[in-house]
Amino acid sequence: MDMSQYLEIFIEESKEHLQGLNQSLLQLEKNPQDVPILNEIFRVAHTLKGMAGTMGFGKMAKLTHDMENVLHALRNNEIKVNTNLVDLLFRCLDALENYVNEVVTKGTEGNTEYSEIIKGLDNILNKKNGNVEVKAESQEIIGSTESSIEHITSKFKLNQYEQNLINKAIEMNMNVFKIVVVLNKGCVLKSARAFIIFQTLERHAEIIKSEPRVEDIEDEKFDFEFTVMVITRRDLETFHKELTSISEVDEVIITTVHSNDTQGTVHEINCEVQEKVSEESEEESQNNDNESADQQKGQASKNNLKTGKTVRVDIDRLDVLMNLVSELIIIKTRLEGLDEIERTQNYNEVIEYFERVTTNLHDAVMKVRMVPIETVFNRFPRMLRDISRSLNKEIVLNMSGEDTELDRTVIDEIGDPLIHLLRNSADHGIESLDKRKEMGKPDAGHINLRAYQDGNNVVIEVEDDGKGIDLERVKKKAIDKGFVNKDAAKNLSQKDIIDFLFKPSFSTTDKITDLSGRGVGLDVVKTKIETLGGMVEVDTEAGRGSKFIIRLPLTLAIIQALLVQINNEKYALPLNTIREIIKVKPEDIKQVQKQEIILLRNTIVPIIRIGDCLDVPPSEKQNKLLTVVVVKKGEKLSGFLVDNLIGQHEIVIKSLGKLLGGIKTIAGATILGDGNVALILDVNSLAV
Amino acid sequence: MNEAVALNTMQFVVFVLSNEEYGLDIQIVNTIEKMIPITRVPKTPQYVKGVINLRGDIVPIMDLRERFGLPISEETEETRIIIVKFEEIQMGIIVDEVKEVIHINEEQIESTTSLAKEGLMENVLGAGKVDDRVITLLNIEKLVNISVKE
Repeated sequence: MDMSQYLEIFIEESKEHLQGLNQSLLQLEKNPQDVPILNEIFRVAHTLKGMAGTMGFGKMAKLTHDMENVLHALRNNEIKVNTNLVDLLFRCLDALENYVNEVVTKGTEGNTEYSEIIKGLDNILNKKNGNVEVKAESQEIIGSTESSIEHITSKFKLNQYEQNLINKAIEMNMNVFKIVVVLNKGCVLKSARAFIIFQTLERHAEIIKSEPRVEDIEDEKFDFEFTVMVITRRDLETFHKELTSISEVDEVIITTVHSNDTQGTVHEINCEVQEKVSEESEEESQNNDNESADQQKGQASKNNLKTGKTVRVDIDRLDVLMNLVSELIIIKTRLEGLDEIERTQNYNEVIEYFERVTTNLHDAVMKVRMVPIETVFNRFPRMLRDISRSLNKEIVLNMSGEDTELDRTVIDEIGDPLIHLLRNSADHGIESLDKRKEMGKPDAGHINLRAYQDGNNVVIEVEDDGKGIDLERVKKKAIDKGFVNKDAAKNLSQKDIIDFLFKPSFSTTDKITDLSGRGVGLDVVKTKIETLGGMVEVDTEAGRGSKFIIRLPLTLAIIQALLVQINNEKYALPLNTIREIIKVKPEDIKQVQKQEIILLRNTIVPIIRIGDCLDVPPSEKQNKLLTVVVVKKGEKLSGFLVDNLIGQHEIVIKSLGKLLGGIKTIAGATILGDGNVALILDVNSLAV
Repeated sequence: MNEAVALNTMQFVVFVLSNEEYGLDIQIVNTIEKMIPITRVPKTPQYVKGVINLRGDIVPIMDLRERFGLPISEETEETRIIIVKFEEIQMGIIVDEVKEVIHINEEQIESTTSLAKEGLMENVLGAGKVDDRVITLLNIEKLVNISVKE
């Protein structure tokens, strides 16, 4: 049977579980005694094992199985949580992530074995010495659930034919089991789960009866439990193990059926419900003496609530929706342009209504595309943990505003620059422990990562309480590197000096570490943020710390643009890059070392004939006054020479696609009111 | 249904360029459009005519005549844009005229590697012989490799 239809579910669920695992591990490290957290980690590992096993990803299942063993020992207090152990668990997490990524790209788990990690896990287990007490556990539970089985099994009636089959099987020394499977109440795709369970069963056994009928199960016509009768040569434990490892299965009750004994004898049972009951009681006892555990529990339940309220939407479907909206906007522009029609009262009313609807629709669609920045922030605590360990610094990361929402396209791109800034703060910003003591600062360095919405922008701040930027050193380096000469350097403002940091191949650390100091850094951050239509500012105070402030537009898909004409071609310039528009006489353009410039209120502004950059044939008629669109790239101004201004429009950015996507000067295309295509210019790559 | 036959026959959209007949696998042909205004895109090879708005999608357009180095001709009533789509690439190619869709049996397709001249043949899957016609069957994936100028 084809499992590929469940691959997507597998990937989504695994990613979610791994994310949860990451957070739980971080919490575990802080509170090694926290039993609920440990239980949560165990549950996730267990679920992952089951999912991987069902999908046939043996290596992943093996790794999670070993993890489970270690976690089991932890739960039983046979071993203690220590940093090495958490490190190892983190490495397991990384390995699992790699497996999942492999599945995403190739559909298989790949060939990596991670034998080193497995060996590490085994070592821990060997040290604690003694067998894994699976048996003890299962026995322990037998007594308590016996009563609940009886009412389930009593519903199950066999006809004569089935009875004969069973008798025959038993004569042939085969096992007959009655299996009751109870799914998790939160299970969304019940029939898919049931399918996986049937699939698992069929590998080892022949199913002779199912209650409700298979057809009904396929149609989801069942509550959360179903019963099957199977004939097999395998033993009970195999089934038990296989079935409980499937995710979203709450309870598996297996009874051996003997001839003439339709009632069945309880042989072995296990149930996670049982586990949960004990978990809860543990939690209760914990709450009394451990307030933080209580908080975490509250947080966990809050998170659960959130996932319940959100809907996962395929980005492709959103794009379709987006396209529809863009077309509506095009029609709107078109209608507005119909001058000849007599504008009666009626017509205007319709247009107004139409406009209102499209605006609302636009907003609604935009909101669907918004993703909380949490998805990016999530990985940072772990990252900083690793960094602080490798740097031997104590660093506390405080995050706020994780629920701030940004367009999906921005979210996808913002991760790397933020990683860079955080590493920068940890490495360059926060001082070494000795230095901090010397300065009278608290031992732990603090990094604050904040996100909040500010009008049409989202602001992200990375702030540290480290040593701040050494402006004198930056200035010296800038002189050494030849970015500025000694005399000019004297008049530089703080801002000018900081700007050097964003120059390519500028780095002030003398030693190269794993983290930074290779000189490829802040310039990359800056470029990235700018391509996203945002900007970076820096605030710094010597000895007190520095703050990097990133401003990003809420969305990238629809922007305000100025349409300009060059000869007979139309181009769009994003409005947020335009400073002003001026008219100049041809003789106002001067030559400085082959570069054309104009003087704008005593500032030199280089002139760029974008027609030439875009290979537009020069227009024949000569205007007496030339139109210059002054754009800013960072703080620098450039003047774009155009033939004509058409006007300001709201445009929908579309990609030029895979084939033509590599053109630097073009940021994309848009469809104009008349249905024609206009190209959007990339101001950053055109400006000087 | 006789599956063996169905597997061996392919359907091709036949079009004309400079009085020669060419064929494109129908699987990758999306639609056939009449000429629509094309917006020029700078820094692209000469044979890339630009992009069009195809019902809200931006689609690059290539002139096959220029791609093959054939003499440039005037646009006529018969000029068409064939929109092809494969993998994640969608693009249009300008042809002189679109004639028909024909079935070509695998045995009717002859390899052209032996006829190779100056590397042109890498764009060609083979030559389809139907009655006394010879139709050049194009390998579109090779054709659409566009290199962008810096």
